[in-house]
Amino acid sequence: MSWFLKPETQPEKILVMLLAILLFALVMALVLLVVDRPRLPKWVPATGYLGPAVLLITFGLLWPGMLTIKASFFDRLNRDFVGLENYIYIFTDQGFLIVLGNTVLWVVLVPLVATALGLIYAVLVDRTRAEKLAKTLIFLPMAISMVGAGIIWKFMYEYKPKGVNQIGLLNQVVVWLGGEPQQWLLNPPLNTFMLIVVMIWIQAGFAMTVLSAAIKAIPDEIIEAAKVDGVTGTKLFFWVTIPSVRPAIIVVLTTIAMATLKAFDIVYTMTGGNFNTSVVANEFYFQSFVQGGPQIGAALATLLFIMITPIIVYNLRQMRISEGER
Amino acid sequence: MSHARTARRVLAAVASATALLAISACSSGTPTQTAATGSSSGDECAAYQVYGDLSGKTISVFTSIASDAEAKPHTDSYKMFEKCTGATIKYEGSRDFEAQLPVRLAAGNAPDIAYIPQPGLLQTLVRDYPDKVFAAGDLANKNVDTYYAPEWKTYGSVDGKFYAVPVGANVKSFVWYSPQMFADKGYAIPTTWDEMIALSDKIAADNPGSATKPWCAGIESGSATGWPATDWIEDIMLRVNGPDVYDQWVSHAIPFNDPKVVAAIDKAGEILKNDKFVNGGLGGVKTIATTSFTEAGLPILDGTCYMHRQASFYQANWGDGVNVGEDGDVWAFYLPSMSADTKPVLGGGEFAAAFSDRPEVQAFQAFLASPEWSNEKAKATPNGGWLSANKELDPNNLVKPIDKLSYQILMDEKAVFRFDGSDMMPSAVGAGSFWKQMTNWIALGTSSQDVADAIEKSWPKK
Repeated sequence: MSWFLKPETQPEKILVMLLAILLFALVMALVLLVVDRPRLPKWVPATGYLGPAVLLITFGLLWPGMLTIKASFFDRLNRDFVGLENYIYIFTDQGFLIVLGNTVLWVVLVPLVATALGLIYAVLVDRTRAEKLAKTLIFLPMAISMVGAGIIWKFMYEYKPKGVNQIGLLNQVVVWLGGEPQQWLLNPPLNTFMLIVVMIWIQAGFAMTVLSAAIKAIPDEIIEAAKVDGVTGTKLFFWVTIPSVRPAIIVVLTTIAMATLKAFDIVYTMTGGNFNTSVVANEFYFQSFVQGGPQIGAALATLLFIMITPIIVYNLRQMRISEGER
Repeated sequence: MSHARTARRVLAAVASATALLAISACSSGTPTQTAATGSSSGDECAAYQVYGDLSGKTISVFTSIASDAEAKPHTDSYKMFEKCTGATIKYEGSRDFEAQLPVRLAAGNAPDIAYIPQPGLLQTLVRDYPDKVFAAGDLANKNVDTYYAPEWKTYGSVDGKFYAVPVGANVKSFVWYSPQMFADKGYAIPTTWDEMIALSDKIAADNPGSATKPWCAGIESGSATGWPATDWIEDIMLRVNGPDVYDQWVSHAIPFNDPKVVAAIDKAGEILKNDKFVNGGLGGVKTIATTSFTEAGLPILDGTCYMHRQASFYQANWGDGVNVGEDGDVWAFYLPSMSADTKPVLGGGEFAAAFSDRPEVQAFQAFLASPEWSNEKAKATPNGGWLSANKELDPNNLVKPIDKLSYQILMDEKAVFRFDGSDMMPSAVGAGSFWKQMTNWIALGTSSQDVADAIEKSWPKK
């Protein structure tokens, strides 16, 4: 049985993996079979259904989360208590202040612009002949991983000196217009905006899909009543459409804000956080796994957690309100 | 059986199933096992008798070299040891080595021997885990004293105690060039720093207003962007300030923003921040920050760049069909010093540290410092790209010309070898602020003083 506990070759590892999946499925089937019988006290099925999830969340999320928060108050070796030293370092270091500033820029710009673009797009293509195709096109970036998107856009921004054939689309356009090729990813603060564009490109499709569904759910009577009252065009958009889809807009805004706070892939693949483009999530990775500063990494992770919490709370409350409305 | 107990058992089973999933997902690395063929006698085993009979003993080795093709020269190099002593060497490589090793030490799952590529990491391990790293045994001490220059012993030592034996070595003080281009223009290989600057001026004057420049450079390297620039600074620190000041700088006996360090960074700026000198075939100064170090020398092949400072291992980057040699398409000359009489050499290497004091582990560690191993390793590396600083390594066992030249430079009587400084500094500096600030120095035009100040500020207090 030694291969079972310590698999060494690829076939052994795959076999162990398959066995583990099989075991998991069997156990789950057993749980469902047992708890689904009638005339059991109510807490048995409740435990059976909730138990696995609670266990996984406790040991996979809550427990490590608490360890991380604890580590943020300790020194590098997680041995001596240092109080707020790690946090003071983050908030006084010049480099980290740039990182925090960039993060604020991201979390403000990406949700607002992506949602605005998604909303306008959804309204424009609503009930047009090419609606399906138009929606598919803008939704496609959602299906691309952020690393993939980062690599694609790195090519878009690619720089070659003047006189050499340009590889990057953006610089080729600039050259066609008679300009000088630019190093888009090199010069702050422009480079941070160039990275934000990528995230907007990904998230606008998500915003469009959700908002389009919300717009379709607006009862026809409301629209007709508004039209009878003589409201058309932009007035209809601002006075009727937006108030009607307000709950959906808030869900989209907060969801994108959370995705933006967590996103490090784009920065990591495109600039590696260099040239003053780093964000908190990226800096957390570098501190923890490259620069031997796990305590700073833990403090950054905790900071990220604190920043994301109010958004989650607001999101949940809005969801409850909109569910209550129905 | 009550329902409560059933539910609890079921929960336990679910938990163990998920744990299994996690374990199978986590088992990375490629452990390979080479079988021992039992002891045998004979002349070829004479040199191995000193290690004794180790039949039935197993020694595990952990390195950063993970792919099967790259690991084979390593496992092959142990074969004679296994054959003659009867021991079994269990080799394991992981690309995540630097992050994994401390985790394994903390978890009590340490390998017997690990190849550590940075003396800085060795220092951190010894200081963080004082009872897990073991000092080298008597035989290892004897081998290193006999076969290696004294400075190699100091790089494997922490606080005066010798822990890790040198394994591989590389030389970084090289300038790559095209012998054909130099011959066509009648340029001579410079032998002093001033000659090299004069040559750069001449090349710049011979190519006015063109994309062709004397130097090409690139420091982009993904999450490690900036390291090639730190090599420049280290090479120039050695040349401008000498090895003693270099040692003080690396050990933080003088601050990072000492005027001597700032002067060295400025000296590097005379080439790297000079639009007349860089960046051949690639654009202006700032393109250095976005050019991958793997591609930065390639303009030499296009004839748009004359010189590229990079380590011996750059030979692997020239591509198939490019002949690397004195009469080939590209070749390298020693980065000259201020005067022709001094010969500082910047380089790197790996060190094998032991995390067990079992006799067989000590024997194997001693073997790694022996001439037998160095020669076995050279023979087991038919594609070249490897050498050690062992004095008894037979240069004829080295395949590639640049490896032979590197070995020749390492063995030069006049040569003063110094280890890559960023590899010896704390990782918050050596793998952090030093890289980042040098990137800013190029990309954002930050001044040498500001760069040095920022790095000094980031130096860990303890």
